[in-house]
Amino acid sequence: MDFDVGIYWDALRSSEFLHGAFLTVALALASQVAATILGFFLALMRTSRSAPVRVVSGVYAWVFRAIPTLLILLFIWNALPQLIPALTEDWFTPFLAGFIGLSVAEAAYMAEIIRSALLSVDPEQRLAAKALGMTPAQSMRKVILPQVIRIAIPPTGNELITMLKFTSLTSVISLQELLTVSQQNIAATFRYAEFYAAAATYYLVIVSILMVLQMRLERRYEWRTREAGRRRAFSRRRNAPGMGAAGAG
Amino acid sequence: MSEQAVLEAKGITKVYEGRTVVDSVDLNVGRGEVKAIIGPSGSGKSTFLRCLALLEIPDGGELKLEGKPIGNAPGRTEWTRERRLARDRQHIGMVFQRFNLFPHLTAEGNVQTALVTVKGVPRHEARERARQMLDRVGLLHRAHAYPSELSGGQQQRVAIARALVMEPKVMLFDEPTSALDPELVREVLDVIEELAEAGTTMVVVTHELEFARGIASEMVMMDQGSVIERGDPDRFFTSPEHPRTRQFLAHME
Repeated sequence: MDFDVGIYWDALRSSEFLHGAFLTVALALASQVAATILGFFLALMRTSRSAPVRVVSGVYAWVFRAIPTLLILLFIWNALPQLIPALTEDWFTPFLAGFIGLSVAEAAYMAEIIRSALLSVDPEQRLAAKALGMTPAQSMRKVILPQVIRIAIPPTGNELITMLKFTSLTSVISLQELLTVSQQNIAATFRYAEFYAAAATYYLVIVSILMVLQMRLERRYEWRTREAGRRRAFSRRRNAPGMGAAGAG
Repeated sequence: MSEQAVLEAKGITKVYEGRTVVDSVDLNVGRGEVKAIIGPSGSGKSTFLRCLALLEIPDGGELKLEGKPIGNAPGRTEWTRERRLARDRQHIGMVFQRFNLFPHLTAEGNVQTALVTVKGVPRHEARERARQMLDRVGLLHRAHAYPSELSGGQQQRVAIARALVMEPKVMLFDEPTSALDPELVREVLDVIEELAEAGTTMVVVTHELEFARGIASEMVMMDQGSVIERGDPDRFFTSPEHPRTRQFLAHME
């Protein structure tokens, strides 16, 4: 077997790969956040009382779920600058193009997730908020959104992991992320296994970290006081009985 | 009649899909008065109460709170109308059949949240007032518990505290014990009785006749969207006039 551990090890520690990993994570996080915000508004539009507003949101979902993300990225990077001359300037970087492409594509999926989360909040919760004199905006922020977030965390976590892998598509628009970095190294050395393995290792580590973060986030949204013994394996040490996660002091 | 009605409802009418659910109902609630509304399910009593709480906008009739018209405000846009309704609703406390506590907030958080968001009370002061209110319903020791960790009776008592802390001019109760296990009913009724004794102005929709008789200054019997009989509780229970009332009371024994 011809696997040069030395090359693999050097690749892992190289600043090139580290930088690639950084770009990968940054792009995934930025795109997921933007997609979630955009998806939230699309979901609100989807549940709107106005038919034209619902249609706009529906058409958006239809278009961006139908077109492959790879095609969207190529379109934004190659075709858009032909249509809009301003995009030929330097500020239109592969990172920006990738960010836009991944965000708009993902927003269509996030809209579905958030829509179903919105629908699963008990309608009487809105009534209770109203009865206290909250405006629709206050009720959304203080009552509905926290409950939507809790319902949406697990599927959004999955989406983020998928997003992380989708960033590798931006190698076609020459963003220096993990896959591009390994391909460039392979072009120079023909050591396929070593560099692919190095990239794969990075993805594994990053996804593992994300999974741990998701678990912790889900626990924060459990809405129970942590009593001794209930979750002894995971509970943090400073959780004295009666100290709720949201306890004001 | 008391000197000035806190809440005055005149000719309240609500129509759903061509069906008149509440048909021209009047109700005057004076300061410190307790009105108990009873009637078979589907008689429109809950819908009427929701109209009083401005959670339903009546199709007809008018509402006055301390002499000032509320609800049905002819705002120019939906947005301004909603804001006005929200402002009016602050002064009317509502307790729901299914408690509707906010599951993501502790008991204390549930009670304090509207004080902070709606009334703009500073957080530390809101917290203090929330704790006083929880103490009043006997749940200060559960201040940091989440709704899922409380019994139904405790949840309903927190819900009462949540409404009370806003210092509403009138408290509305929509079958506050109907969703409770029988052994938990008493603790909630005790709290409401204590409020009545303290002079809280209230409208209570209930199936607990004994309880209603004990606290009400006036009984109101609804059937098929209309008030068919009303009057002093003792007279109401001992010699009801309307045959439907007699039938209903006999059935509930």
